Amino acid sequence: MTIMKKLLASAVASALMVGGAQAEITNNTVKIGYLADMSGTYRDLAGPNGLKALEMAVADFGGTVKGAKIEIVTADDRNSPDVASSTVRRWVENDNVDMVAGLVASSVTIAATKVIEENNKLGLVNGSAASSITNEHCTPNHIHYAYDTYPLSVGTPTAIVKEGGKSWYILTADYAFGHSLEADVTRMVESNGGEIIGSIRHPFPTPDFSSFILQAQASGADVVALANAGADTTNAITTAAEFGLTQSGQTLAALLLFLTDVHALGAETAQGIQLTTGWYWDKDEDARAWSDRFWDETGVRPTMVHAGIYSSATHYLNAIAATGSDDSQTVRKQMMDTPINDMFAKNGRIREDGRMVHDMYLAQVKTPEESSSEWDLYEIIRTIPGDEAFRPLSDSKCKLVSSK
Amino acid sequence: MSMIFGVPMAVLSGQLLIGIINGAFYALLSLGLAVIFGLLKIINFAHGAMYMLGAMATVIMFDTLGVNYWVALFLAPVLVGIAGVLLEYFLLRRIAGQDHIYSLLLTFGVALIMQGILTNIYGVSGLRYAMPDVFKGGINLGFMFMPYYRAWVIVAALIVCFGTWFMIEKTKLGAYLRAGTEDSQLMQGFGINVPLLVSLTYGFGVMLAAFAGVLAAPIYSVTPVMGSHILIVVFAVVVIGGMGSIGGAIITGILMGVVEGLTKTFYPPASSAVIFLVMVVVLMIRPNGLFGKEA
Repeated sequence: MTIMKKLLASAVASALMVGGAQAEITNNTVKIGYLADMSGTYRDLAGPNGLKALEMAVADFGGTVKGAKIEIVTADDRNSPDVASSTVRRWVENDNVDMVAGLVASSVTIAATKVIEENNKLGLVNGSAASSITNEHCTPNHIHYAYDTYPLSVGTPTAIVKEGGKSWYILTADYAFGHSLEADVTRMVESNGGEIIGSIRHPFPTPDFSSFILQAQASGADVVALANAGADTTNAITTAAEFGLTQSGQTLAALLLFLTDVHALGAETAQGIQLTTGWYWDKDEDARAWSDRFWDETGVRPTMVHAGIYSSATHYLNAIAATGSDDSQTVRKQMMDTPINDMFAKNGRIREDGRMVHDMYLAQVKTPEESSSEWDLYEIIRTIPGDEAFRPLSDSKCKLVSSK
Repeated sequence: MSMIFGVPMAVLSGQLLIGIINGAFYALLSLGLAVIFGLLKIINFAHGAMYMLGAMATVIMFDTLGVNYWVALFLAPVLVGIAGVLLEYFLLRRIAGQDHIYSLLLTFGVALIMQGILTNIYGVSGLRYAMPDVFKGGINLGFMFMPYYRAWVIVAALIVCFGTWFMIEKTKLGAYLRAGTEDSQLMQGFGINVPLLVSLTYGFGVMLAAFAGVLAAPIYSVTPVMGSHILIVVFAVVVIGGMGSIGGAIITGILMGVVEGLTKTFYPPASSAVIFLVMVVVLMIRPNGLFGKEA
């Protein structure tokens, strides 16, 4: 009896394996898990509105792909890597989730993608910034889509060093993302002839920046750079304004600002700040058209993360439609083979390390006079071509890069 | 320039002052907690949420009704105080006399609900609140640039802290309060309305939190989650000072602001942990806290 059972089990198992190779959609369902900070510091840049963007992508397909139903499950990661790995483990091991979308805090993403790799599923990373996600932490099971810290360091710092800001002082959020951004910026500043004269690693999150701003002022650096995100950045900018940091001749450089941050600060406080972004809602006709749809759903303008979630999910579902499979490697290969031309990117392409390479933009926050509406906030002053923006494969530490 | 442990004297003086400013916030918040715990034996986990409500009310009243800072400084705490009285009357009263854990769980739940509702409406990116014109700018003290507003925070916090301490420890009303919580039946016998006294005390405690919230509105980003960040630190301050000690909460608040400020100078990564480290050490040496009475 037991032998029969074993035989039966192995027969079923091999049938399932063959099934995968024969390009079928398991359970006749494509299940997407949306994991993001739904209630904390990073809620507004992705969060519930990112889920809306994902639902928009699914709705475009009429809720099915190749006859298979598309389902979405969702969870709040609370910015905790532990919560993230246990949630993703439950999703992929018990709930048959095929793809995990969202993925915001870099520490969360690094923990989640490990579990996704173990189970050979797919992760589409949009919220995270750390460039290490497709460098030392790369896996064959995730794609990093909207932006990362490498182009952030190419855009803003290069522009500022060229304008004469030679000595730098960096305030860094003390976790994976901040460290990655600090490393990328340091390299970029030094290669342009600038110098890092000091840095502080502050706890995440920090409600009061006065102490750190005071130390940055005392350093006498030309440029005070903020290698943090969300409320930390807006808090630091407000405090810097209060303590007269720019009046005393120092330049304040926010390395990562989302549209929602700038909106929270307002054009009055944020005017003139230069920032690097992967996308802007008003950058062209396609972006505007999609943003209007998003506006109707949410009442706000989308960040680059919202747009990336929509674009990457659409690209993913298109790949399933083309191959008729939800097998992670089949889908990933199809996604890599197809260039991305949509409201998010023109001629975007996914490299072997999982990095989606596309143009980035150097923007400047408009003055209240230039800004015609509440969300009319950026002037695009330079387009950074994708190949210049992202880390070249020749510098990659990713285990998947064959040229090494 | 003279140096102390490799840090210029000027930087250090600046950090001390910043520490006192942050300590003023801790003092105001832990004072309210200490009043509520000391007199009512309620562990008020909604305290951070009340602080947040004070700040949110300031911003929302300005945006919708144009209520200015000075009016808000009075009105926001009163509104939050009324909310506190209602919370005490309809919910907390029902679990009076039960184990502390009940008040802790109830207030924590209430705080999460308030935070969740406001997050859904306003998001977490922060609401904008312009600095009142009279506080724009600052003065150069030689060792640092002191924004006028931060100086006002110290003054306002100290006045309110001292006033509260004086009222509870030195006036007749304070004596009623203390007596009412020691032996409520006896006080009832003297014709004093103890339940009303309890409601008003809770209301007053959360007013202090809301007052700190109004003070915070122009300088910190005002979000529905701002209270949850500060709550745990403030609890640690109360534990260090001695649960229920009014004067202890004030002094410890300022002291911990300074300790945290100095840590931010010498070893920033530890600055979010240092207060808890102090708490552990204090509890090992003096289990009742620095200013706590023997149990």
